[in-house]
Amino acid sequence: MQVGLVIPCYLDVFYPEVGIATVELLERLGVEVDYPFDQTCCGQPMANSGCEADSRATEEHFIRLFSRFEYIVIPSGSCTHHVRNKFIAAPPSPEREHVSQHVYELIEFLHDVLKVKEFPWGEFPHKVALHNSCSAVRGLHMASMSERVHDPAFNKPKALLQGIKGIELVDFARHDECCGFGGTFSATEEAVSSRMGYDKLGFIQASQPEYIVSSDMSCLMHLQGCARRLGSGVKFRHVAEILNGSRQ
Amino acid sequence: MNIPPTVDQAANAARFIADRAHEQYFDTLMWSLREARDRSASEVPEWEQLRDLASEIKEHTLSHLAEYLEQFEASAKRNGVTVHWAHDAYEHNQIVADILSRHGAKHLIKSKSMLTEECDLRRYLENRGVTVTETDLGERIQQLDDEPPAHIVGPAFQKRPQDVARVFAKAYGSDTNNSDPVYLAHEMRKHTRPLIEQADAGMTGANFAVAETGAVVTVTNEGNADLSGNVPKLRICSVGIEKIIPTNRDLAVFIRLLSRSAIGMPITQYTSHFRAPRQGGEMHIILVDNGRATRLGMEKFWPSLKCIRCGACMNTCPVYRRSGGLSYGSTYMGPIGIIMMPTFDIRRFSELPFSSTLNGSCSNVCPVKINIHEQIYAWRGVMDEKHQIKLAKKGAMVAAGEVLSHPDLYRIATSATETAFKLLPRFVIYNELNAWGKHREAPAPAKQTFHQWYKEHRLKA
Repeated sequence: MQVGLVIPCYLDVFYPEVGIATVELLERLGVEVDYPFDQTCCGQPMANSGCEADSRATEEHFIRLFSRFEYIVIPSGSCTHHVRNKFIAAPPSPEREHVSQHVYELIEFLHDVLKVKEFPWGEFPHKVALHNSCSAVRGLHMASMSERVHDPAFNKPKALLQGIKGIELVDFARHDECCGFGGTFSATEEAVSSRMGYDKLGFIQASQPEYIVSSDMSCLMHLQGCARRLGSGVKFRHVAEILNGSRQ
Repeated sequence: MNIPPTVDQAANAARFIADRAHEQYFDTLMWSLREARDRSASEVPEWEQLRDLASEIKEHTLSHLAEYLEQFEASAKRNGVTVHWAHDAYEHNQIVADILSRHGAKHLIKSKSMLTEECDLRRYLENRGVTVTETDLGERIQQLDDEPPAHIVGPAFQKRPQDVARVFAKAYGSDTNNSDPVYLAHEMRKHTRPLIEQADAGMTGANFAVAETGAVVTVTNEGNADLSGNVPKLRICSVGIEKIIPTNRDLAVFIRLLSRSAIGMPITQYTSHFRAPRQGGEMHIILVDNGRATRLGMEKFWPSLKCIRCGACMNTCPVYRRSGGLSYGSTYMGPIGIIMMPTFDIRRFSELPFSSTLNGSCSNVCPVKINIHEQIYAWRGVMDEKHQIKLAKKGAMVAAGEVLSHPDLYRIATSATETAFKLLPRFVIYNELNAWGKHREAPAPAKQTFHQWYKEHRLKA
């Protein structure tokens, strides 16, 4: 099986280890990974700021590079949500439709397509708090939503992490409240954004985890920024790193 | 002409947050309402079906609004009510002032009504020599403190009991150190009750207006709407045209949803149907458009007219809870305010759609299933189309679009990590790192980008 891999711009520059872990993990699972070398971004930063017209050329570039793949995989809920549900800057075309319908967040791809149940190479003997992004939960439905009180409970990232030896997952209050990143919101509303980040960190740290993990590194970049400012020693990892066998 | 400036919600929110005690109190109080809503909804197995049904009833009514409005008018007239039609806020206020002046009424008691806030009625009447007394506890607190409501259900939710004690001490001479809510409620009652008894006219808003019966329905806990509506001989009800529902059967669906969504209670103390004037009295109903008909014609934004003003979207909104309701500088605030206010004044409220992380919790709690967060996203696009995006941001987005659509430019921006550190945040988070770094540490760029790693370790293989 071949996948077209998207590595979002902020991972490319700030967290290349997440991209590397994603490649290695997919390869371990027997997947042929193709990373189109000319890729840039999905256009979300502009579109989310209202400037859809300014994201058109970027979106068209993305469609040109990825419409040939049956599976397009992104280790980020936020970018996947954009490509699947908000890819409308480019004019409608079969290629655009194809890209939106064949894009998977990495966790979805592992959980729903490959149906991976265990990671024999994995071991993470630590106390871990899992934060799922709003794009992952309410955009992609990768976990049940706290507002929908009658829906059956499920949590795909958690289900995968439970296949890792030694991991101890801890609960925390307001578990699916937004962390406050919100893309450009983190800069335009920095006061509210930071307040939300510190509150989220407070709820999580009440259960004293060693690690905070997520399949969205953008939330973690924000929370890490808050934690470092506080001088907190809590560590941050992308789910892909743990599933790929990272021990720490 | 005095043009009001664009509301800077972010700056207002930053001021609110700087007062940590109030911000924390407000967030905790609002979140407790969200939790109460969750518990209450979980006790109703058919909750999601009720939401679907409520949404369908509203969509049906709004798509046949003219007919239902005429049916309502006919029913109300049969009940002996005088029905008025107001095109906008100014007409509405004029109609109220005319009714009052015909009766020589100088003192009006009011129950809380967001529509009259929207029309700025109180100031209009006070400028014409009419004394207006708010009878809802929260609204009265805000009136005495000369502040607009901070929440559509609890206007004074932003004030702690000790803040209320200070307001009452100043206005009523009560004990400034006694912040017991029961004491404060009694103080308010002691001073307001005589005003109710002496009032010349009473006014309420409406939660619903039933076309079949011609009744205006209010849903309250304090009973002050009943006092305002029933004690004086002259009664005026202001109703936004979107409040129409066809029948009492439909009303039952909304009553089950409204207070559960708002405060997590199965029902409020009072659900009152005002149908006809009291004996020897007069009853007037003013049906108010004030931009609603125009909004009904907006393809993406008409569903906001389904709103039943429960405030659940505000209680769950993490931005609203940390910003405070006054930060929006508007009659309706929080997620529902963001999607309503630009229809009143696009320039003044052009920044509101950006006061959201688009997390989607608001749409999930909305009892009439308004796609609130999708509308917030859509409004951002409208702001760009109507050239309402700040120049600095727009410029950054144009530049970002240029770099991100050209792989060669993108590689230059990201290959040398020092340059990347300077350039990347400009288009990932359009501001420079100073906004990010005010309260957070910035991420450090890696020694090697993923792109470079891939070239080295996979392409050569």
